[in-house]
Amino acid sequence: MTPTRKKRLTVVLLILLGVSVAAAIAMTALQENLLYFLSPSEVAEQQMPTGRQFRLGGLVKEGSVNRATDSLKIRFRVTDGLKEVEIHYDDILPDLFREGQGIIAIGSLDNNRVFQADEVLAKHDEEYMAPEVADALQKAGHPRASKDSTSVAPSEYKP
Amino acid sequence: MIAELGQLTLIIAALLALAQFAFPIYGAWRNNQSFMAMGNSTAYGQFVFVSIALGILTYSFLVQDFSLAYVANNSNSDLPIIYRISAVWGAHEGSLLLWVFIITLWTVAVTVVSSRKTSVLPKAFSARVIAILGLVSFGFLLFVIFTSNPFDRILPAPFDGRDLNPLLQDIGLIIHPPMLYLGYVGFAVAFAFAIAALLGGEINREWVRWARPWTLLAWSFLTFGIALGSWWAYYELGWGGWWFWDPVENASFMPWIVGTALLHAQAVTEKRGSFIGWTLLLSISAFSLSLLGAFLVRSGVITSVHAFASDPTRGVFILMYLGVIVGGSLALYALRVPKMISGSGFTWFSRESLILINNLLLTVALFMVLLGTLYPIIADAFGMGKISVGPPYFGSLFIVIMAPLVMLIPLAAYSRWKQDKAGRVLSKLLVPLFISIAVTAMVAWQNDASNLRTLSGVFAGTWVISGTLRYTIERFRKNNRFTLPRSEFAMVLAHIGVGVFVIGVAMVETTSTEKHLAMGSGDSYTIAEYQFTFKGTEHIDGPNFSAERGTFLVTKNGKLISTMYPEKRQYRNNQIMTEAALDPGFTRDLYVSLGDPLDEARQIWAVRIYEKPFIRWIWLGALMMTFAGLIALSDRRYRRKKTHQNEPSAEPSNNTNPLTNGSMP
Repeated sequence: MTPTRKKRLTVVLLILLGVSVAAAIAMTALQENLLYFLSPSEVAEQQMPTGRQFRLGGLVKEGSVNRATDSLKIRFRVTDGLKEVEIHYDDILPDLFREGQGIIAIGSLDNNRVFQADEVLAKHDEEYMAPEVADALQKAGHPRASKDSTSVAPSEYKP
Repeated sequence: MIAELGQLTLIIAALLALAQFAFPIYGAWRNNQSFMAMGNSTAYGQFVFVSIALGILTYSFLVQDFSLAYVANNSNSDLPIIYRISAVWGAHEGSLLLWVFIITLWTVAVTVVSSRKTSVLPKAFSARVIAILGLVSFGFLLFVIFTSNPFDRILPAPFDGRDLNPLLQDIGLIIHPPMLYLGYVGFAVAFAFAIAALLGGEINREWVRWARPWTLLAWSFLTFGIALGSWWAYYELGWGGWWFWDPVENASFMPWIVGTALLHAQAVTEKRGSFIGWTLLLSISAFSLSLLGAFLVRSGVITSVHAFASDPTRGVFILMYLGVIVGGSLALYALRVPKMISGSGFTWFSRESLILINNLLLTVALFMVLLGTLYPIIADAFGMGKISVGPPYFGSLFIVIMAPLVMLIPLAAYSRWKQDKAGRVLSKLLVPLFISIAVTAMVAWQNDASNLRTLSGVFAGTWVISGTLRYTIERFRKNNRFTLPRSEFAMVLAHIGVGVFVIGVAMVETTSTEKHLAMGSGDSYTIAEYQFTFKGTEHIDGPNFSAERGTFLVTKNGKLISTMYPEKRQYRNNQIMTEAALDPGFTRDLYVSLGDPLDEARQIWAVRIYEKPFIRWIWLGALMMTFAGLIALSDRRYRRKKTHQNEPSAEPSNNTNPLTNGSMP
């Protein structure tokens, strides 16, 4: 092998090594940060282990919201029409949070199978429902599913 | 009636775009001057007709023509005039029309510049560039006409419109989309230059010199657009973050990463002739990622805070378009590149090798962001469940990848082309190293709470700034005066911008104080020595909303610093909006926003109180990079007249001293 070729080969091998290391690190980090989306029915079926973080989506059950007046603590239930999950949260709710509205909560189940939310998301648009939530409702045969999944968001906001 | 006229002008524009592709490309192939020249007239024509269409849509908003579905969905009779104008690009259809308008704007700019008498561009080359831009525009015009027509009527016309999303009723959103699109679409010019070069087959370094100012301009707009979006998200979304690793943000960030790599690769190609194939590939990639961004945002395949309606036909159309453009150009690249010349060689430690590392790291960063953004879509498509990728993935990996890049910046500026010694360069950087350690120690001493992340960020930022300044001082000494060539000044400014940005990010991410709590009228709470006293709320009315406005007195050591008025607005379309109150400062921002009322009778509210150190530095750094791009493109060598095009600096220079051999941005 000529010296030039040898040098080129080393460069290529070094780059290849670097890329594989980077890819391995990226995949590990990705696996660690993956969040699965579950509907209340799936939570009931799947026996999600306690403490494992995931995203829970559904409609805020009418009449289920119960909040403190002198702290941020709040309890409510989300439903997909078949099953419900109790959610506890101790932080500020998004502007569009209200009863009957589709939301996504990020958090984990505690020992009493209560979902302790770290974050609650609602969309910036009243008519809009996250595709996951619309999907989950449709699977559960919820009446709002058909209406909302086809409705067009009136105003979207752009990058 | 006028709306139908708008539709007609779009169709005419599409036909002109097709002509703008077909005639000049045929002319360039057959070397037929008159066919080549038709590119110019069709480009002007297309610009005129797209402008009319955009004008008609704006007019429809101004006169509140609610018989147009798009106007009815995004305006309202109470909407202030300025927002009626920005509502034109407030949603899908109009923003696509803006996109097309900006393509034609860039095309006209290229046409004007390349048809000047002094232009150094060969006729056939500029004909091909204009043809490619015509093809790009044609695809988008078809997309607008067939899937996203802003002139669709709604019958019967509603009495009043649904109003523009209140989030968009803001100065930031008037200018953010046009700037971002100028950047996105601007990469189409670099792309067109690359394709024209590949089609022509006679690649030389001249091509890069022609493409570089356009790339710089597009990159500057994109930098500015992204920074504006970040700033807007910070003050308008009501939860005080500046970057969320949201898929739509990533969609704009990926072309930026590649664009940055491209600018550096172009520097090598222009000066040394190396990396030509790589520069071509990056030119293609930057625009392809802009298109991928359009696909991600417009097709509704992703869930994001940027709530989008999904329409499968739109997604399929963009995906096909993406396939044609990206597939076609990559195929052309594969066919042509092996025939191309390669530049002069370089050794392990040289400016070329450092820029190569820069490009590799940026490419890795790109793939990391791409993986995190696309993984949920791919997983969903293969039935692996609904998945999302948490922001820590992006945050932690990005820092790991960017850390070596940032540390190498001062070295690259100092090192010579072709070959250099690491020892020589490092010895020059001893003083900056000492300064960085001193500053970091000072920060550590001042805030006893500071952690390793804060300190490493401050060290990296100071290292870049002081290393770059050391270089500048040495240049001043060598030249015996306090000026630099513009391109070199731009390089210095951009790199200092990176340092400022890094310090801002490190401080905000690791030393911010954030408190969410319930406060009643008269309650006080203290964070970071600032005492916030809530004085209750009052009711106020705006043009198309009513609001509860809170009053907060902020004192520090008993002295009144600021009175802040956060609002909770209810817009007439029942949408609720949080208007945060800010007290900005060079070294810290104070931020207050209202959550929801917990007890209206006793005026108890959920409240966010933040102190964010150095957050302005994030946007200040981005602004410095933006201006650096603009300054670089005004460099003398891009304004060189035709008669000078063969002067020696175009040849590979044997002078390896960077201090006399120009610079890289």
